[in-house]
Amino acid sequence: MADALLKINGLTKAYPGVVANNNVSFEIKKGEVHALLGENGAGKSTLVKMIYGLVKPDSGQMTLNNSDYSPVSPNAARSSGVAMVFQHFSLFDALTVAENIALGMDDAPKPRELSKSIELVSHAYGLPLEPNRIVGTLSAGERQRVEIIRCLLQNPELLIMDEPTSVLTPQEVEILFKTLRQLKEEGTSILYISHKLEEIRALCDEATVLRHGEKVATCVPSKTTAREMAEMMVGASFANPVKSSRNIGETILSVKALSSSSQDQFGTSLKSINIDLKAGEILGIGGVAGNGQDELLSALSGELKTNANAIQFNGEPIGELGPIKRRQLGLLSAPEERLGHAAAPAMSLKENTVITAARRMGLLKSGFVNWSSANDYAEEVIEDFDVRTPGTHTPAGSLSGGNLQKFVVGSEVLQKPEVLVINQPTWGVDAAAAASIRQKLLDLADNGAGVVVISQDLDELLEISDHFCALNEGSLSEIVPTAGLGMDQIGLMMGGSTASFEESAQ
Amino acid sequence: MDLPGISPVLLIASLMVSATPILLAAIGETVVEKSGVLNLGVEGMMIVGAVVGFITAVNTTSPALGFVTAAIAGALLSTIFATLVLFFKSNQVATGLGLTLVGLGISALLGKPYEGIKSPTLQAFEIPVLSDIPVLGPMLFSHDPMVYISILIVAAVWFVLKYTRIGLVLRAVGENHDAAHALGYKVIRIRFMAIMFGGACAGLGGAYISLVRVPQWTEGMTAGAGWIALAIVVFASWKPWRALLGAYLFGGITVLQLNLQAAGVAIPVEYLSMSPFLITILVLVIISAKGNHGAPASLGRLFHASN
Repeated sequence: MADALLKINGLTKAYPGVVANNNVSFEIKKGEVHALLGENGAGKSTLVKMIYGLVKPDSGQMTLNNSDYSPVSPNAARSSGVAMVFQHFSLFDALTVAENIALGMDDAPKPRELSKSIELVSHAYGLPLEPNRIVGTLSAGERQRVEIIRCLLQNPELLIMDEPTSVLTPQEVEILFKTLRQLKEEGTSILYISHKLEEIRALCDEATVLRHGEKVATCVPSKTTAREMAEMMVGASFANPVKSSRNIGETILSVKALSSSSQDQFGTSLKSINIDLKAGEILGIGGVAGNGQDELLSALSGELKTNANAIQFNGEPIGELGPIKRRQLGLLSAPEERLGHAAAPAMSLKENTVITAARRMGLLKSGFVNWSSANDYAEEVIEDFDVRTPGTHTPAGSLSGGNLQKFVVGSEVLQKPEVLVINQPTWGVDAAAAASIRQKLLDLADNGAGVVVISQDLDELLEISDHFCALNEGSLSEIVPTAGLGMDQIGLMMGGSTASFEESAQ
Repeated sequence: MDLPGISPVLLIASLMVSATPILLAAIGETVVEKSGVLNLGVEGMMIVGAVVGFITAVNTTSPALGFVTAAIAGALLSTIFATLVLFFKSNQVATGLGLTLVGLGISALLGKPYEGIKSPTLQAFEIPVLSDIPVLGPMLFSHDPMVYISILIVAAVWFVLKYTRIGLVLRAVGENHDAAHALGYKVIRIRFMAIMFGGACAGLGGAYISLVRVPQWTEGMTAGAGWIALAIVVFASWKPWRALLGAYLFGGITVLQLNLQAAGVAIPVEYLSMSPFLITILVLVIISAKGNHGAPASLGRLFHASN
């Protein structure tokens, strides 16, 4: 049996009002891929920040290679051989690849030598990079490479990876896993944090499960089912969404050759998009982030107007109508960005319902807001969608991500839309809440509404959608039935290669 | 154009003098904004530098000492801003505006007894050999030392930002403070030092007005120089050499319009007086109209360390 590289013993960290980690102990062996599992808010990131020297534990010890390890800063952690690939905010868009990498190293070599070693190491691990590219111009997958190479250049003994695959296509995930397995072969230990249980089962040797800041279980992922792991995380069993067979009705929303240029300088323009959505149908739209998801949502919601006939709702051309008119007709939408787009953070839940549901739910009376019915509606949403909040007067911004998401989805769904377009319905939402949101979307379709779900979570799309298609650089792939769709086909659709897809479909 | 009383040699020589205060303030603010902080108190720091430099120079008869104390005064004033913004997380725009008002007030109070006095001024420093070149010599190489120092500061800022590690870290902090923090850089410390550097530069710029350009003290004598410096930083796309270009352009048009006024050109004085502001901003807008503007992405955003 391999020796332990990092031993964690009784780590505790409390913030005012909440204990983020309580007496957590586990160990990572040399050359092991160790998974850290838990819902949002279970204390994974605090734990990792303590290992990486960003947060000081209140009590508890760590040993690295059998000697005391208590890093006071990330620099100290790096010099001890611990490196970390962050999920967010660790790259500088305006700087070059080489500059970004130099910033993550303590004694960066001269720029020319650094560029050379970047090329060398990145090719050796199958993650090629050009040192002089500006990071802002790179794709999500390439940006992650920058982070990984930044770590690898320092020959770490322990590599911490926080949700590394959330932005990758299945093919990119495969490349990443190959690299990680290669690192493991070379004796590097990896601490792997992810929500995606199937990935953990494929990659990790051991898993530690956190719940409410405490370690609740360990398991060997390859010998545990994804469902068992999910239940360990949640601490209870929960119902998987049930897909019943539905009556698919007439076409309710049809999009014909929709093209529009993006308003954002770095946005993606939509290219000749065709959609045919029937009543009672759920259409899943996959694709890597930044391939036109936001633009498609804006075009459907009415934020972005197009020519009248490009979008037809119940046979009526609505392309030139704005969001308010479309909402009155029954075409509702919920954008991805919860704070500031789907909800106004500083306003209360009650006020937010007035913004989204005023007309459809009759919350206005001769130009005045009827606050008591707004309050009733907000309470109905809170009740029905199990939103945990002190009350309808709470500002939207103070809700946790999952709770706010439930509220946002709830206040759209309960307006009984004829068509609901929703972008990333369960992004950053814990497993149980995600399951309940998905169930609500299924129920909505059961009741005869058409639902368009745009998501980067493929498992989610496969679970609930009847038809699937993918966005790639603003073009939509062919729409195909979800049943019987394989991962490799999906990968090709996301990569935009329709030709080879058709071959493999035959 | 052949106008009586306007000689190109004198014009260029005096535009460098006229531009130096703005250049100093602008290069300091460039560093501050590159670190991600918007300090709108430039005008206030300049005028405090002007009055403190003037008082010191009058009392010690040493203009050099005046510049040193002016830089210290500007830096000290900026620490108030830095403390409020970085530690108490106050709004940068409001705090900067407040700093300007405070600076104008303090300077009026301190300067009252010194009104109407003439200060000792810097002697021109003729660079050996170079200043003997005909035309170019008197035009470029026969100025007081602060003109050269200001250009050296621009060169140093450009070099440090572009080629050194500390410059890279400073840009990184201004670009994405969360990422810089996650990598272990001391965001607050770096910004504090950048703000102090900006304060010192603004102080020098102010002292240059009260000690060299108009060697006396008048209340409110910076007259908007700090604001034009702020505009120059933005329109120069946060690039040091472009800030120099912008400052010299502004200085040049200022001098030119004064000469035109003196020559009695038939354009109303009001138009001539506004022309430097108008033309400088127009030219810089045109320069920066296309392409990447390069505003530091974290500019003006509050930084909360996550632990």
